[in-house]
Amino acid sequence: MASTKRIKKIKFGLLSPQEIRKMGVTKIITADTYDDDGYPIEMGLMDPRLGVIDPGLRCRTCAGRPGECPGHFGRIELVAPVVHVGFAKLIRKILRATCRKCGRLLLEESVKKSYLDQIKLLNKLGQPYDEIVKNVFKDAIKANSCPYCEEAQMDIKFEQPTSYVEDGHKLMPADIRDRFERIPDEDIEVFGMDPKNARPEWMILRVLPVPPVTTRPSITLESGQRSEDDLTHKLVDIIRINQRFQENREAGAPQLIIEDLWELLQYHVTTFLDNEVSGVPPARHRSGRPLKSLSQRLKGKEGRFRGSLSGKRVNFSARTVISPDPNLSISEIGIPIQIAKELTIPVNVNSRNLEECKKCVLGGPNNYPGANYVKRLDGRRVKVIDENKAELAELLAPGCKIDRQLKDGDLVLFNRQPSLHRMSIMAHKVKVMPYQTFRINPAVCPPYNADFDGDEMNLHVLQTEEARAEAQILMKVEENLLSPRFGGPIIGGIHDHISGMFLLTRGNVTFDKYNAIELQKKLDSIALPDPAGYESGKPYWTGKQIFSQLLPSGLNLTYKSKMCDNCEVCLKEECKKDAYVVIKDGNLLCGTVDEIGIGAFAGKILDRIIKEYGSVEARKFLDNVTRLSIRMITRIGFSFGIDDEDIPGDAQEQIYDIILNAEDRVKRLIEAYEAGDLDPLPGRTIDETVELKIMQELGKARNQAGDIAGYHLGVDNSAVVMAISGARGSMLNLTQMAACVGQQSVRGERIQRGYMGRTLPHFYKGDLGADAHGFVKSSYKNGLSPIEFFFHAMGGREGLVDTAVRTSQSGYLQRRLINALQDLEVKYDGTVRETRGQIVQFVYGDDGVDPSKSDYGKSVNVRRIIQNVTGEALGG
Amino acid sequence: MKRGVSSKTAQILCGAGFTLSKLKKASVEDLVEAGITSANAKSILKKIGTPIETSEEKVSQKIIDSKEGVSQKIIDSRLGELHLPPSIIDALQHDLKTIKLTETQLDEILKMTVDAYEKAKVEPCEAVGTVAAQSIGEPGTQMTMRTFHYAGVAEISITLGLPRLIEILDARKVPSTPMMTIRLKDEIKGDRDAVRKLAWEIEATSLLDLGDLSIDLAEMQIIIELNEKTLSQRSITSKDIAQRTRDKIDVDVRLDGLKLIIHPEQPSYRELLQLVEKLRSTALKGIEGIKRIVIRKEDEEYVLYTEGSALRKILHCDGIDPTRVKTNNINEIADVLGIEAARNSVISEAMDTLREQGLEVDVRHIMLAADMMTCGGELKQIGRHGIAGEKASVLSRAAFEVTVNHLLDAAIHGEVDELSGVTENVIVGQPIRLGTGDVELVYRGG
Repeated sequence: MASTKRIKKIKFGLLSPQEIRKMGVTKIITADTYDDDGYPIEMGLMDPRLGVIDPGLRCRTCAGRPGECPGHFGRIELVAPVVHVGFAKLIRKILRATCRKCGRLLLEESVKKSYLDQIKLLNKLGQPYDEIVKNVFKDAIKANSCPYCEEAQMDIKFEQPTSYVEDGHKLMPADIRDRFERIPDEDIEVFGMDPKNARPEWMILRVLPVPPVTTRPSITLESGQRSEDDLTHKLVDIIRINQRFQENREAGAPQLIIEDLWELLQYHVTTFLDNEVSGVPPARHRSGRPLKSLSQRLKGKEGRFRGSLSGKRVNFSARTVISPDPNLSISEIGIPIQIAKELTIPVNVNSRNLEECKKCVLGGPNNYPGANYVKRLDGRRVKVIDENKAELAELLAPGCKIDRQLKDGDLVLFNRQPSLHRMSIMAHKVKVMPYQTFRINPAVCPPYNADFDGDEMNLHVLQTEEARAEAQILMKVEENLLSPRFGGPIIGGIHDHISGMFLLTRGNVTFDKYNAIELQKKLDSIALPDPAGYESGKPYWTGKQIFSQLLPSGLNLTYKSKMCDNCEVCLKEECKKDAYVVIKDGNLLCGTVDEIGIGAFAGKILDRIIKEYGSVEARKFLDNVTRLSIRMITRIGFSFGIDDEDIPGDAQEQIYDIILNAEDRVKRLIEAYEAGDLDPLPGRTIDETVELKIMQELGKARNQAGDIAGYHLGVDNSAVVMAISGARGSMLNLTQMAACVGQQSVRGERIQRGYMGRTLPHFYKGDLGADAHGFVKSSYKNGLSPIEFFFHAMGGREGLVDTAVRTSQSGYLQRRLINALQDLEVKYDGTVRETRGQIVQFVYGDDGVDPSKSDYGKSVNVRRIIQNVTGEALGG
Repeated sequence: MKRGVSSKTAQILCGAGFTLSKLKKASVEDLVEAGITSANAKSILKKIGTPIETSEEKVSQKIIDSKEGVSQKIIDSRLGELHLPPSIIDALQHDLKTIKLTETQLDEILKMTVDAYEKAKVEPCEAVGTVAAQSIGEPGTQMTMRTFHYAGVAEISITLGLPRLIEILDARKVPSTPMMTIRLKDEIKGDRDAVRKLAWEIEATSLLDLGDLSIDLAEMQIIIELNEKTLSQRSITSKDIAQRTRDKIDVDVRLDGLKLIIHPEQPSYRELLQLVEKLRSTALKGIEGIKRIVIRKEDEEYVLYTEGSALRKILHCDGIDPTRVKTNNINEIADVLGIEAARNSVISEAMDTLREQGLEVDVRHIMLAADMMTCGGELKQIGRHGIAGEKASVLSRAAFEVTVNHLLDAAIHGEVDELSGVTENVIVGQPIRLGTGDVELVYRGG
């Protein structure tokens, strides 16, 4: 349905007084808006010819109703010309660069010509010529007398914001206008101006265009009082002064009064255009609030450009809280039925879907699945209500259009702000569900960067066939499994998916037939291979076998899992930790599946399946993996509580010893430092050296404490399982909970700030010891002492500030990057060009390879191809 | 006979009837046949002086030939016919060498490689710019703000993380922590003393580094007591110092043994303080801008890390290897080595910054950003004063920053917006000419 009509180009220029008069539908002379009956006054600021906003009235210019009529400009004839503030600086430059008598540019003919040629050339090439214009002004100002009429030139002083003084006399805008009118067209071009569209005298306003009523609607308050827009207020001021000016002039008032009024008129016109000019007190509303001028309407984030034109509010969208549902497919989204009833899809009724459509209309707006609107053959749109649904259904015929309510299988766009990359908006298939939240499979959280602590997300319903086709092909979740950032998977198992898989595949977990099938209950297909063995006559299956059921046949893969310690001599299949993963022909022979297997960002198995078996197969695999692992983890009953951090008493003793030892060594270091026995590290002062050494010592102590805690917690501890499988948390987190929180830091060093020479009054001045600078001996579980707590809060606060600063900075960086690069596109010849057609790259990325189709940045995985052909694994 | 060969292997060799002259002609295979492991064989040949590379090639050649596989020659000629990027050809060449192949297998591999490459190519109309911008910008939220000490040299701290990335893309004239890595010529790179001497030579030395300064208010003079040890370390004599001070600062300098007495032109307190400041900032010796040098040993070679950067002057120094000098000041690189070098520097600096944070971003995205910054022949910033400010479209510029000024200027210049970019078309409300919006092919039904 894309229209073939396009706006080809937009030309910018200055409005000449003639043009303003031509486009202004009426002269505005009265400062009043509405009469006592509430009707707009003619020739007033709300003249009905300027467009209408009150319902029931019609525009006197185009006969349109409110909403149809775009509004029309009026005009105010200014009694005396005034300067346009936006051009004040340029006016000064031109004044100084042209002759005060003959109006010509103060440059020799030949110099002028060479400048003009340069400008024309650059213009033709589409390059900026600001520099040359700058030089023109610089050169012209130097002249003391006109090269043409030999008139001596005087210095012109510019007084902010809009007055010009020549040799002690104030230049009135009328004088400036006269001068500018004398400048020949040819000279205007040398200023980089276009004499046809922007003559310099047009920068001095004689006629003021009055914006249409539609751009400054008045609002009726509850009390029945009308409240006018800021712009209207400003226009009232302008008209009043204009009138007074005229009266005074006609009455032959003294020059002084005339000048004062002129200045006042200038002030009002200035603040109408821009109320933030430096040197001008901002015009204020009666309440004291500064008025919003024309330029402020355009500026900034909420201004017209960024707020209303680049980003708009849309219909057919919904927003609510999200929550997880592991039983959904990753490509699905659960939608509350209330939302499904509200959102619609337009359907053209034809002979083939007539019955279906009828059923929808019969359902009405309340009985899901129904329809909310019907566009009848006569073109009228009728809202479906329970009273008329039967009648409407009866009249339904091919050629009608209905707005059908959302139903299962429809494609919708789902989005979470901030939309930092293209995976922040993806297309999901609808699944209508009870309750009030959007439901998603937790595996799609990483691309949206979502969690379920109260996050809300937006949903948009596609309205045209073209949009649905594009979404289907380009935006579906399956199509976005791989991130274009690094060419690896961005959607994958998270948290419990990884813990579950880890527990299922580690070592030899066995299941009898009942349990093996029970585990597979939620999968697409339930099947069991030959049992791994028999125990007391009964067959059993291993967890690895059950996982293998999900792998596509023919998959070969070998890698080291997250647990791998990078031993010097790899035992490979014999690895004691079961960290060497071998998959042959779709069977997991050995190794444990963890984050590096199926996790988002890292998952190697996932990566291979996406790249070798395609996105649909990968989606199925992910759906099954998530369901299987959730089932596994539920079966086991995986939990973590405060007593999981308990460590035996003697381990606690050991940890104390370690910390005491460390403190001792720190003390000795300080003694050495004070005695001057410490050798500074190269390029460091002695103070820095002692700090560094203390930090090292304390860091080492914390690590040792952590090792002891880790050893005593054992591999079956839930937190340890999560840490080593990569599901959540790290051994460091565990150390802090169970053993020792460790050194707190601000700005990357020990805590130094506070009182003079000490951090807190509890310490001696100059104390360098561990306690005095934020070393926290306690663990989170044992609790922090008040002093430790304070230091911990200092470190914590720094983190919060850091995050807050970072988000704004990186947000701005992203905006700049997008703005700089957004127009780049790969053309059909393989070059990358910007809008002007300038080539940026001859071949995209030096090899023409799309990163999202590459293998972690490598264009072709040669090794894998060779392996697949020869069936031999290459070393290294 | 021994020549550093272990006695056991020597015995084996003697047993096989090798003499030194025979051994010189022998290849690895010959030795392997004699009962020596191939690794050992290689090391023996190395010691004797047989060029090992050729013999290694022979090995692979032999394996392929002996197993009736395709010869290296055929592989090479086949690879030459392919239209593939060099990186793939290199990978093929490297991997095919290590394995025996039949001709059909070779054909299949090459076919599959070409297919895979064709499949991995970008599609026309792809909005690569937006993808690149997102791919660089998105990890920004995950970066740290803090400046940390440089991983390799703990002594020199440099800006890292998000501030550094912003700095690179801003094309700042001087980075907040300029730094150079200087590698040296083969002759001196292993010699610690020579390297140290060179470092003293390069490092900017002000008068205050050489002695202790005191101000004599009564006589209105500055007295500097030179440190003899430092002088000899930096190989500079007190006479030299006096002369250089005179040349550089143009003041009256008197030398009294190891005492340097300096008089300001006018005996005023202000002049005196200004003079001290001047003495502090003027480099008597070395290269101005190189504030500190740290020497580090990196696999058998000493490397200089400097705080401060002065690429042009460093390149003219004797003893340094100009091909292996690095600075993190991109603008300096653009000035000295040209815009292409600057482009490469943008890419490598940005990649290093991201990698240091453990963030994976494809080079192609950064390449695109770097190419956009440099394609005009000079380094342009990503932002208002660079690319975004020089765009062709008025509306696009107005929507980015300083809205009103852009509109006023456009009016003055009578600019025309061709509505070819993204923002402009969003603003006027019509389809964008990128991606699926750029396809003009219409399917005629029927």
